[in-house]
Amino acid sequence: MTDISTRSAGGGAGGAGLSLRKLAPAIFLAPAILLLAVYLLYPLVESFRLSLLDWNGLGADARFVGLDNWKKLATDTLFWEAAWNNILLAVFSVVIQMPIAVVLAVVLDNAGKGSRILKILYFLPLLMSSVALGVLFKYFYDVNFGPLNALLDYVGLGFLAQDWLGDTRFALGAVIAVVCWQYIPFYMVLFMAGLASFPAEISEAAKLDGASEATIFWKMKLPHLKGTFRTAVVLSVIGALRYFDLIYVMTGGGPEGSSELMATYMYRNVFSSFQLGYGSTVASGMFIVVILIASVLMRFSKRYETEV
Amino acid sequence: MATSPITRATGRVAVPVLGLFWLAVTTVPFLFMVMTTFKTQQESYSSSVWALPEALDFVNYADVLSGPFLTYLKNSVMVVVISVILIVVISAMAAYAFARMRFRFNEALFGLIVAGMIVPIHITLVPIYLMTRHMGLYDSPFALIGPYVATSLPISVFILTEFMRQIPKELEEAARLDGCGPFAIFFKVFFPLSGPGLSTVAIYNGIMLWNEFIFAYVLTSSTSTRTLPLAIWDYQGQYTSNIPAILAVVTLTSLPLVVAYAFGQEKIVKGMMAGSLKG
Repeated sequence: MTDISTRSAGGGAGGAGLSLRKLAPAIFLAPAILLLAVYLLYPLVESFRLSLLDWNGLGADARFVGLDNWKKLATDTLFWEAAWNNILLAVFSVVIQMPIAVVLAVVLDNAGKGSRILKILYFLPLLMSSVALGVLFKYFYDVNFGPLNALLDYVGLGFLAQDWLGDTRFALGAVIAVVCWQYIPFYMVLFMAGLASFPAEISEAAKLDGASEATIFWKMKLPHLKGTFRTAVVLSVIGALRYFDLIYVMTGGGPEGSSELMATYMYRNVFSSFQLGYGSTVASGMFIVVILIASVLMRFSKRYETEV
Repeated sequence: MATSPITRATGRVAVPVLGLFWLAVTTVPFLFMVMTTFKTQQESYSSSVWALPEALDFVNYADVLSGPFLTYLKNSVMVVVISVILIVVISAMAAYAFARMRFRFNEALFGLIVAGMIVPIHITLVPIYLMTRHMGLYDSPFALIGPYVATSLPISVFILTEFMRQIPKELEEAARLDGCGPFAIFFKVFFPLSGPGLSTVAIYNGIMLWNEFIFAYVLTSSTSTRTLPLAIWDYQGQYTSNIPAILAVVTLTSLPLVVAYAFGQEKIVKGMMAGSLKG
């Protein structure tokens, strides 16, 4: 294998060409690494540094307080309640989204000609920004003028009408419903791809052996989706732990912190209470929680994979 | 014959019923939204939510468009276009190095960058906010480009590296025999052959960034510098209880992506699903 770069350097021994070739990986990687270092790695480290300060972010009066903020975080019930809400969001995302997504994938798998157009329309919510959806559903849930209460009224269930976003019992659930509504089609398409990869010959053979459509689905196709299912769970849990936009727009974490998430709590500390130090502690705590859960989840799903 | 007539009949009924049910669940909120934008503020209070607007009145749209809406739009287009171009070029370069070059720490570095996918961006928010202020970029749309490109790189590098690993080695060898160095090989062979991968990366990030909220919210503060998702936020503060006007803003901001979607549904669905790649 001739080294071309030496040839371009004049065909001689070409020290310059050789080093250019050696430098090539560095040159190709430089822009990416530089940006990641400045906008991802440095902020990560800096956030932990800021977590040791008592600082309102404005003046030069930042005070080093050591681990005081971390001690505060460890006993801060508001933070742990927020983390718990993240976990609720993760659990309900999985429990609600996955079965509906599988059912819809199966429906579209059998819908023949209509399936393409249905898939396209189902997918629409995923194109919307969370701010747009947040504002739209704030109106949808409005206690006086919202279509939801009007709909309940119309079908004679008016007694079920609620101040959905203003009631501590319903706010988180109301937002979770919107999150599911938006993301179900995403997992549906994922499961459709999983179903499409099921070998047609196998179901043909099973049919010839007298297996019913239902048996083929429950005993063969559903187990075939296991891998897809694991991917879906990892994605939706990690997404739920980092969630921010929709909650911030719809409830701001309220009422009375009933729909607070780690990210909204962090935001409130930094940009509403101007506690940059403690806010950074919350952010760093959130980072640790996310990384811990994500790595446990990934290891667990990998171990599963080798067993199967 | 294997299928019992009962299951087949259930299937024949269940498929269209469930299919149409979810269609209603998906579209009803949007139908309400669009319908309400044609009502006057008065109407939105007095008439039933179910009532059709009294007239097909575009006054709310005219109202929104006469404001600074187009400035938000212009900022969005500028920020997203510049960011996506940078993401595509920078991640393709890195992907080429990871897919085809032998150097120390190749795998370790790749793993580290891909791990960036799980980092919650919220931890970077305060430091980036402070840094942006120091750089004098605060309240400029350009402040968004750095964080946008950087946070999009992990997934983009991952997608493109996987893609470039599939490109046959022979093409590279042929180019090398023709006298191409690593740079020529990248620009003449890998970049053009990665078309589908590049378009997936561009579509996925384009949509994500078009809808991005938190960085834009934190790093800009004036009407003249903010992007479309913030238009909704700002109008919401301004119109407070004028529901039809607020929903007109939501409709208008969603329109560009819906139009793009009408032209390339399959590509956009595929691009959005890029987020599901296993890390």
